[in-house]
Amino acid sequence: MSKFNVLEHEIVPEHHLVPVEEEESVLTKLNVTKDDLPKIGINDPTIKALEEIHGKLVPGRIVKIIRKSPTAGYYEYYRIIVKSVM
Amino acid sequence: MNFNNVSKRIERIKFALLSPDEIRKMSQVRVITPDTYDDDGYPIERGLMDLHMGVIEPGLKCATCGGKVDECPGHFGHIELAMPVVHIGFIKEIKSMLDASCKECGRIKLTDEEINNYRTQVSAIDFETMDPEIIDMTLKKIVEIAVQRNICPHCSAESPKVILDKPTTFREGGIKITPKEIRERLERIQDDDLLFFGINKGSARPEWMILTVLPVPPIDVRPSITLETGERSEDDLTHKLVDIIRISQRLRESRDNGSPQLIIEDLWDLLQYHITTYFDNQTAGIPPARHRSGRALKTLVQRLKGKEGRFRANLSGKRVNFSSRSVISPEPFLSMNEVGIPEIAARELTVPVLINSFNIEKMKEWIKRGTMPRTPDGKYLAGINYLIRPDGRRIKLTDQNAEINSERVDIGWTVERQMTEGDIVLFNRQPSLHRMSMMAHSVRVLPGMTFRFNLADCTPYNADFDGDEMNLHVIQSEESRAEARIIMKVQEQIMSPRFGGPIIGAIHDHITALFLLTHNNPLISEDDTLHTTSYIEFEKLPEPVIKDGKKYYHGRDIFSLVLPEGLNIKFKSHLCAGAKDKCEYENDPADTYVVITNGKLVHGTIDDEAVGPFSGVIVDKIFRKIGPQAAAKFIDNVTRLAVGFLSHRGFSTGIKDYDIPKDAISRIQEISNETLEKIEKLVNAFRSGQLQPLPGRSVEDTLEVEILSATGGVRDESGKIASQYLGLNDPSVIMARSGARAKMLNIAEVAGMVGQQSVRGGRLNRGYANRTLSHFKENDLGAYARGFIKSSYRAGLNPTEYFFHSIGGREGLVDIAVRTSRSGYMQRRLINAFEDLKVDDKRRVEDTIGSVVQFKYGEDGIDPTRSDEGQTVDVDYAAYDEFGDEQ
Repeated sequence: MSKFNVLEHEIVPEHHLVPVEEEESVLTKLNVTKDDLPKIGINDPTIKALEEIHGKLVPGRIVKIIRKSPTAGYYEYYRIIVKSVM
Repeated sequence: MNFNNVSKRIERIKFALLSPDEIRKMSQVRVITPDTYDDDGYPIERGLMDLHMGVIEPGLKCATCGGKVDECPGHFGHIELAMPVVHIGFIKEIKSMLDASCKECGRIKLTDEEINNYRTQVSAIDFETMDPEIIDMTLKKIVEIAVQRNICPHCSAESPKVILDKPTTFREGGIKITPKEIRERLERIQDDDLLFFGINKGSARPEWMILTVLPVPPIDVRPSITLETGERSEDDLTHKLVDIIRISQRLRESRDNGSPQLIIEDLWDLLQYHITTYFDNQTAGIPPARHRSGRALKTLVQRLKGKEGRFRANLSGKRVNFSSRSVISPEPFLSMNEVGIPEIAARELTVPVLINSFNIEKMKEWIKRGTMPRTPDGKYLAGINYLIRPDGRRIKLTDQNAEINSERVDIGWTVERQMTEGDIVLFNRQPSLHRMSMMAHSVRVLPGMTFRFNLADCTPYNADFDGDEMNLHVIQSEESRAEARIIMKVQEQIMSPRFGGPIIGAIHDHITALFLLTHNNPLISEDDTLHTTSYIEFEKLPEPVIKDGKKYYHGRDIFSLVLPEGLNIKFKSHLCAGAKDKCEYENDPADTYVVITNGKLVHGTIDDEAVGPFSGVIVDKIFRKIGPQAAAKFIDNVTRLAVGFLSHRGFSTGIKDYDIPKDAISRIQEISNETLEKIEKLVNAFRSGQLQPLPGRSVEDTLEVEILSATGGVRDESGKIASQYLGLNDPSVIMARSGARAKMLNIAEVAGMVGQQSVRGGRLNRGYANRTLSHFKENDLGAYARGFIKSSYRAGLNPTEYFFHSIGGREGLVDIAVRTSRSGYMQRRLINAFEDLKVDDKRRVEDTIGSVVQFKYGEDGIDPTRSDEGQTVDVDYAAYDEFGDEQ
């Protein structure tokens, strides 16, 4: 049985890993510190799927999520990977 | 303000167990007698009301701190228990420790190897920062291993299984372990093993879970009250403490005189019972302790728990001053921004006015008027109830001291002035489900005893006048008054954030009236016109039409009086909704669309779509184009115009609205017979196994679906026949077609046929064995046997039909009851989750710590209140407004 990739599912929005060197500029653009970013658990299925592409990910990396919106067209959302979400 | 107690910031809270020594240390007095007061009413020394534990009576001083009633915070005392007892709050922990530790040596029943293995895992636990649930999960697995082991790996002693005989008795092999023994066992557990039980060795010892000393709460926590008869009544906690001391004393005496073991055990159990109920009087398995009157006592847990507990009743929600509640009733002559309040309420509710050099003369005058002033002709004038001196002391103004006090006041004093016309108040109806449930109104003082408001405000409050009550709050500061006026006033809340359209608009009779006034543009006689227009504010009457030498006015011209200038709209009315080229209900094809050009109604009929709540195209466009003020003025005028017109013209409805000719009735009967035959055929086909199942359905399902569609069809069909005979001169039809009240379906039910009744979307099928009612044969699948009603409400239902109708009707009621409670709880949880999120000046949504929830509010930064039914801009309307029809 082939493994299912959640990122290819219709209702899962696009997830991209932000390269370490771009993190600074993303944070400046959003005017936030890493602590204030919304979080995503390292055990999240989408992070597991990203690990298939990028190799092992560590907490502290930033993920860019592109969602479709009926009013705004596309909407960029950023999450920081954390050990566990409460 | 009291500066004696400088407020401090709480940095952290640590939860730990109180040790017996700590309890004694924080205690100011050892309580030894169960008595409270002596014959003179003076607190007995070393009794439960000892002065060392604080004072509640004026005149006495605290024996500990010397403070008077409001100065002394109260101090703890303690009771030395004759024998130890189990603390009901720690039963679970005690059980787990008895299970997992050795009864002989007190070690946790793990091998040294296991202890070493787990120690690394366990020592990572930091009690101060980690989530207790995660700690619990890690430890549970480890302790479980120790519980399963019967032989201690350290001293090889065998430990029989400990059974908890709820609520507080522990048994080992059927023999009771006394709290004293339990305590001894817990004492033997080593500090180093405590970590495995989730206990931080720095802050607790397990034997402290067995009580030997009981803290007595300060008197301030359990004040006694003096009844009107002079009789003293003690707090429930005091009652319970009396019991505890009494039993403890008897137990001590019995033990010391060497009474039989049986008696001692009985008393010990009794002490356990009293202490258990002292903590929680609803412990499962024991009868609640009762007051002399039979009422269950409210002890510690009951004080905190649930809706009436400290948290939900006193901390999350509080009672407030400057508020009132009354029955509501309608008043069409008030503006939608106003609320009428009864004089009796206006005299009680006050606004503070700070006296300054500009208002001092006026205020002196007002104070002189006293508490119940009126104009010479008896009209209400605001009086003064209280004066507040700069030092904060309050002086009650009476008609006797008004003269003197008027001289005493000076700049810096505050007077509490009664409500007066134009004051801003908040008005609210529960359940407060959306922000429009609480809006600011300006006050009108009216005769009578009810709160009154314009009918247009019924929708946002979801109010009617069948006995509804509402609350009113008087705003006490200038800042909040300004804020309320700018953002909470009714006119500012016309647009709903739920769907970006108006939620306030004309209802019921207003819509009927406007429909009658504008449909087919009737001519209104001069007299009627003058009467109707006398209800509204306008500049100039429209051009009259002369007919037979008499002056007439067009209904649409009269309606145009309330439209603001420069308004251009084109839309389809409720009446013509769905019409393509020509609307069947309009004489003139041009009336298919409502056309308003430069504030004049040119074509079309005004109905629910134009002015009703939730649709209200005209209200919506006025609000967006001109503003809230103009929209409010329009609604005020349109409702008054409607009331004026309809009350003068007259409008009534009754059973005669549903009279249809004989041949219509026979046509309905005909189609209903046809359907019955069809159903019979379907049932026969089913019985003979010839019914072809629909794709994806069983034969049974197919039969039900076919029958349901047949009965649904016949109801619609009969409705069509009925409405062919009921035209737009029929009051009920006018109400349904204009959107004022009811649907055409309801008319069809009255005049034509009620149709199939259903429960959970299917035909009725429950009741007796294989049949709905005992009037039918078993397994009868025919129409009548399964809830089909061929009668109309007008003709009346036969007995079986009546039963079926009740069954269907009950489902609706049950649904409502279930829905409201469930959605209410969901609402509560959502509100608790969202209450402290805020949108900052960059439209970013954050929580209180500053963590981002959304980078842009709603992901698009659009305020749904100002959106056009969810869309950002209505380009089509902007173009129409600018260029008209030629695009």
